[in-house]
Amino acid sequence: MAPILSIDDLTVSFSQPNRSIFAVRQVSLAVAARECVAIVGESGSGKTQVFMAAMGLLARNAAAAGSVRFEGGEILGASPPRLNGIRGSKLTMIFQDPMTSLTPHLKIGTQLAEVLVCHAGVSWSEARLAARRMLERVRVPEPERRLSQYPHELSGGLRQRVMIGMSLLCRPQLVIADEPTTALDVTVQAQIMDLLRAMREEVGMALVLISHDLGVVAGLADRILVMYAGRIVESADSAELFRHARHPYTAALLNCIPSLSGPRLERLPTLPGQPPRPEDILDGCAFAPRCPRAAERCRMERPLLGNENGGASRVACHFPLPP
Amino acid sequence: MNSLVVDAARRLRSNPGAVCAMFVTAGLVALALFGPAFNPNGSETLDWLHVASQPALQSAHWFGTDRLGRDLFARTLEGTRVSLAVGVVASAVSLSVGISYGAVAGYVGGRTDHAMMRIIEILSGLPLIFFVIFLTVIFGRSESLLFLSIGAVGWLTMARIVRGQTLSIRRREFIEAAVASGAGTGRIIVKHVIPNIIGPVIVYATLTVPQIIMFESFLSFLGLGIQEPHASLGTLIAEGAGEMEAAPWILLVPGGFLAVLLLALNIFGDGLRDALDVKER
Repeated sequence: MAPILSIDDLTVSFSQPNRSIFAVRQVSLAVAARECVAIVGESGSGKTQVFMAAMGLLARNAAAAGSVRFEGGEILGASPPRLNGIRGSKLTMIFQDPMTSLTPHLKIGTQLAEVLVCHAGVSWSEARLAARRMLERVRVPEPERRLSQYPHELSGGLRQRVMIGMSLLCRPQLVIADEPTTALDVTVQAQIMDLLRAMREEVGMALVLISHDLGVVAGLADRILVMYAGRIVESADSAELFRHARHPYTAALLNCIPSLSGPRLERLPTLPGQPPRPEDILDGCAFAPRCPRAAERCRMERPLLGNENGGASRVACHFPLPP
Repeated sequence: MNSLVVDAARRLRSNPGAVCAMFVTAGLVALALFGPAFNPNGSETLDWLHVASQPALQSAHWFGTDRLGRDLFARTLEGTRVSLAVGVVASAVSLSVGISYGAVAGYVGGRTDHAMMRIIEILSGLPLIFFVIFLTVIFGRSESLLFLSIGAVGWLTMARIVRGQTLSIRRREFIEAAVASGAGTGRIIVKHVIPNIIGPVIVYATLTVPQIIMFESFLSFLGLGIQEPHASLGTLIAEGAGEMEAAPWILLVPGGFLAVLLLALNIFGDGLRDALDVKER
C-alpha cells in the first residue's frame, strides 16, 4: 500500500549571514495509513524541522531540498493555497505548548468551528455542534460550557485536549504531534497519551509522534525512528527497538531510562559529551566522538542507513550491536 | 465570563481620574450635541443690543457675545461639535488606513514590509502644514477636504504602531498553529492578528483624537481650517485673540472649552491604556 506521507532525501538548511547551517540532512521516511511512527531525538536533532518543512512552516531563512509527498502529491514548496487545502483538514498538527497555541481572544467554540467552516464549508451553527461533539469525544468535561470559554480559562491538559480535538475535526489522514506532552505535567502526560491512543482507534488516522523521550512514545508507536544530528540513525519496530537496539546511540538512550524493577542506582547514567553543532561539517559518523564502539573507520566514512538482514529494522552504523 | 473587555472595564472603573475624565468628555459631547436645543440664541443670530457684552448669568447671553453680537455660548458649542467631528472622523480614517497598512506590512514582512515602511518614511518626511496648504490651494477650502487631509497624514504613526505590534505576535505559536490549520493570510490577519493588537491601537486612537483636535484648531487659527460663518474652537480662539484686551471672554470661553476637552480626552486615553495594557496572563 502506498504510504500517506513519504519524505525523500529531505535536507533543511538555514542561511545565516556568512554560512549555512544544516538542521536536517538527507532524511527519508514513509508513514503508511493508520500507522503510528515516533521520531525520537534530542534537542537540535532536527526532528521537528523535518515536519515543519513538510507542513510549509519553515522559518523565512530556511531552505528545504528533497521531496515530501502527501497522498502522492508533492507538497514541499507547494503554493500556499494548495497547502491550505491540505493543512488543517487532511494533514494536521498538534503543537508542543497548548498554553500558547490557541488564539487568546477567541472562544474555544469559535476556534474549533472556524476550522470546519474554513475547510468543510459548513455553517457556523453546524460547525458549533460538531465542535461540541468533538469536545465530548476528546473527553472534555462540560463541553457546552467550554465552547463559550476563552483559552486562558482552561488548564493546560484541557487545552491540549482541545488542540487534539481541533486536529481531528476534519477526519485527517495524518496527524503530526510535536512533543504533545512536553509542556504538561506527568500525570496529565499519561492522560493525553491515552487519549491519542483512543483517538487512533476511533478515527483511524496515521500519527507521527515527535518526542525526545523514548518512554513517552513506547506504548503508542508501531515504529520508532531515532534521529541524531539531522539524520535518521536507526529505524525499527517499537518492540524490536526496545528489545535489541542496534545503534550505539539508541542503546545509550535506552540505558538512560530509569527502570522500576532494576536495582536502585546511585546516579542515572548519562551520555558523555555534546552532539555536534549543526554548522559542523562531518565526514564520518556524527556520533563517533561520543561512541564507545567508534573505530577509525567511523571518523572517516559516514555509515549509511542500511538494511542488512531484510527485516524492518535499519541502522546507520559500521559496527551495530549484535541483534 | 471574564473576558478582556470586562476586566478592562473593571480596571478602568477603579481609576477615579479616568472615570472623571470620561464623564467630563461625555458631558462635553452631550452639551455640544444637545446644548443648542436649550439655548434660545442661535449661533448665527446677531443681537445688536448686546455687542461684545460680558458674560452674565441673568442676561440673555450666559457667556456673552462677540464683536458682531453673536451668542458666544452657541458659537462655542458649534465649535466644539465641529472640532469633535473633525477629531473623530480623522481618527477613524487614520485608524482604518493605519491598521490595514500596518498589519499587512508587519505580517507579510520581507520586501513588502521594507517597501511599505519606506513609503511611510517618505510621507512623514513631508511637512504637514505645507501639505495641507497645498491641498487647500489645489482643491479649495472645504470641510471634507480638511477631514481627509488630516486623516491622510495621521495614519502614519498608527501604521507604525500596528506594524510593531504585528511583528511582536507574528512568530507566536497560535499564529503558527493557524497557519498549520490551513488558514489563509487574509483570514489570519483579520481574525487572529488584528483582534490581538487592538488594545494598544484603541489606546493610541483615543490619544489621537485630542491631537487631531489640537491640529485642526491650529490650522483654523491660521485661517486654513473651518471658514466663517461656521466655527471650530480654533477659529473662535483666533477671533478672540484679536479682542484679548478689550473683551477677554471671547478668547477665554472657547479656549477653556478646548483646554478642558483636551485634558479630559488625554486623561481618559491614559486611563484606557492602563486598563488595556496588561501584561499577558
